[in-house]
Amino acid sequence: MSATDILELSAVAAAAAIGERSLSARELFDVYRERAAADRAAGEDGLNCFTWVAEQPPDGGASEPLGGVPIAVKDLFCTEGVPSQSGSRILEGYEPPYTATAVRRLSAAGAPLLAKTNQDEFAMGSSTENSAFGPARNPWDRGRVPGGSSGGSAAAVAAGLAPWALGTDTGGSIRQPAALCGIVGLKPTYGAVSRYGMIAFASSLDQAGPLTRDVRDAALMLRHMAGLDPCDATSLGLSEEIELPAAERLDGLTLGVPEELTNEGIEAGVLEAFTAALACAEELGAKVTTVHLAHAPHALSAYYVLAPAEASSNLARFDGVRYGMRAEGASGLLDMYTRTRHDGFGPEVKRRIMLGTYALSSGYYDAYYDRAQRVRTKIAEDFAAAFEEVDLVLTPTAPTVAFELGEKTGDPLAMYLNDYCTVPMSLAGIPAVSIPCGLSEGLPVGLQIAGPAFSENRLLDAAHALELAIGFRGGAARV
Amino acid sequence: MIDRDEVLHVARLARLALDEDELTPMARELSAIVEHVARIGELDLEDVAPTSHVIDVTGALRPDVPRACLPREVALAQAPAVSAEGFLVPSPQA
Repeated sequence: MSATDILELSAVAAAAAIGERSLSARELFDVYRERAAADRAAGEDGLNCFTWVAEQPPDGGASEPLGGVPIAVKDLFCTEGVPSQSGSRILEGYEPPYTATAVRRLSAAGAPLLAKTNQDEFAMGSSTENSAFGPARNPWDRGRVPGGSSGGSAAAVAAGLAPWALGTDTGGSIRQPAALCGIVGLKPTYGAVSRYGMIAFASSLDQAGPLTRDVRDAALMLRHMAGLDPCDATSLGLSEEIELPAAERLDGLTLGVPEELTNEGIEAGVLEAFTAALACAEELGAKVTTVHLAHAPHALSAYYVLAPAEASSNLARFDGVRYGMRAEGASGLLDMYTRTRHDGFGPEVKRRIMLGTYALSSGYYDAYYDRAQRVRTKIAEDFAAAFEEVDLVLTPTAPTVAFELGEKTGDPLAMYLNDYCTVPMSLAGIPAVSIPCGLSEGLPVGLQIAGPAFSENRLLDAAHALELAIGFRGGAARV
Repeated sequence: MIDRDEVLHVARLARLALDEDELTPMARELSAIVEHVARIGELDLEDVAPTSHVIDVTGALRPDVPRACLPREVALAQAPAVSAEGFLVPSPQA
């Protein structure tokens, strides 16, 4: 099989080709390794997708059932003996002594580690510009961001530098970069995938998930990484095995469009592609109706209290004692802590630590943290009420298409607004997938589909039917 | 509004040194964000229970089976400074 033919294969097709012996695992690995290594070597002159690329596949050959479809993994997953620094200077040189459960499971199922991917520092950002490795770029237009925080994973898959990739989503960090890069991104139900070995950002929201070329690839990856893990007390696994979706119709489904997430603030071109996707859903037999998520407009505010609060606590562990860097020449223990954190954290991480510490500090706890937790309850109740009336909820994934590098770095609030449509699902802990639904000004637009907790099979079936009907061609972004 | 003094107070709580030229931008940016998120103050949330976690799992325990932990030299291998027995840090009294 030629390299060009290999690049055309989805992960599902590549695994099948290996199973039929029309392709060898080594051949597949080498094609992608070479492409990824070239991007890594080009640094910021390339897409800057990767922070590390494997020299060769692991010893012992790839196991069934995936047979050796290599995977790119977001930097924040701990990988034994392989640099893992969550895009941060403070973890410079850190090589974990163990591997995250999600990565270990995928590897055991036959998806060896190909590369680690660039990300916003500690997953805080929506553009992959907040990285100690420099910004990643969007393969559709190198002057634009790939979204974030899993921007390296999204750009790598869109550009054909990795067959598929693993990311994490706290408030939209899988779905938004998937949308901006024209690929599929799935945030599973909170608890479906173990968080063990993920360098934590906000523990009540963080969830690992696939970034893939198509919906069936996302289902295949989720199937092989979900499940209860004794090392993560909040993991539940899924009640049913993930099936490869095959649905081509949406007959009998009622889809809800929340008025609150589809009005002001959504770019005209994005709304146009979204509206076309709704028409497509109707042609497939679905009933489309308006629903209300009355508290969704407050989700962003609640999120930007809760996530920084949890982050300020989680990131207390980076103090120059056990791993990573330490500031030189400190005059005592406290001075060493504060200077290490000053030197090691980037501006956005400092901002969120400060914001979270402020929200949790004496005198402000009730006004911010406690109230934000109550808003979270209302948002979950809104979704529960909506799912009494409809099967799934549809929104645009992001309010805009990919924006230019540097466009929003000077205004944190403008950057946060990228998450407007994705944070409500995160706060409610429900699964949501972004699929490409068209182009606006030559750049991809994402359609977000959300369902009740643990409805992944139904969600992916609907996403698959829509994907087929929409017929988005992502090949244009391949480098 | 969050002023410079409040920024310095919060930075102390967060064990974070900030440069002189970081203080004013930090005060301005935090003020803008806090002003935005403070809109949740307009909602009536009197009888609403707070949600700290979306899934209802309590007492999730592993079986109480002893198992090997990380060997000391492995745990120490990533540290910026070690003594023979553990992590080495500057004196708290310095």
